[in-house]
Amino acid sequence: MTKLTRRQFVIVGGSALGVAAFGFGPAQAKSNGYEEYISKFTGGKTPVEGKLTLDMPEIAENGNTVPLTIVVDSPMTKDNYVKQVMIVADGNPSPTVGTFHFTPSLGKADASTRIRLAKTQNVHAIAEMSDGSFYSTKREVKVTIGGCGG
Amino acid sequence: MASAKPRVKVPKTAKKGDVIEVKTLISHKMETGLRKDKATGKEIPRMIINKFVATFNGQPVFEVDMEPSISANPYFKFNFKAEESGEFEFTWTDDEGGVYTAKKELTVS
Repeated sequence: MTKLTRRQFVIVGGSALGVAAFGFGPAQAKSNGYEEYISKFTGGKTPVEGKLTLDMPEIAENGNTVPLTIVVDSPMTKDNYVKQVMIVADGNPSPTVGTFHFTPSLGKADASTRIRLAKTQNVHAIAEMSDGSFYSTKREVKVTIGGCGG
Repeated sequence: MASAKPRVKVPKTAKKGDVIEVKTLISHKMETGLRKDKATGKEIPRMIINKFVATFNGQPVFEVDMEPSISANPYFKFNFKAEESGEFEFTWTDDEGGVYTAKKELTVS
């Protein structure tokens, strides 16, 4: 490598910083918009973390079918129950996965399904309770083979 | 209309107050709309089951709004508190208006 003068060094360093800043922009813009879906779901309210367990494998070998279980800590009585839980995946081509609607007649807020994950990402669950409060949790799942075709 | 075969597992009997488990499965490819036909390079149109509804004696008890990120052959498991005898009805609806149903009796003693 040729020896850099101090001035050259500043220029090179400056442009490197520029590249770094530029690189940051598109990375942010690459979000699949899951935040918007969450805020639409909560009506702009920020969900409180807790009350909600999202059970998924830490490593999913096959992204085509990843087991998912949601359990909400709720008595599930007529006056106090979980109304709905939305699942979003922040690394899928489309963030929404599904919305589960619960009723007090279930006795327990505990539901399972299987979902597709395109790559390693966070899966978020947001619950709306009967009193209008919102709770959330998220879970990182490492995906070995993506499951969105292509 | 794609063919889809629903399968449901519910206990036949339960004691009043018991919380039972309901398991449902339906065969469906859940085409995401993101895949391309390898031979023609054309996109394969989206064709998924977009709604699952479970009712008991006509009352909705559990529903799921489904998106393409739900795996092929959608599976759901949920609980139900047995209070009275009756009949479950499960309905799956797909993008082309296909409706698939299954029914199960539950006797509560």
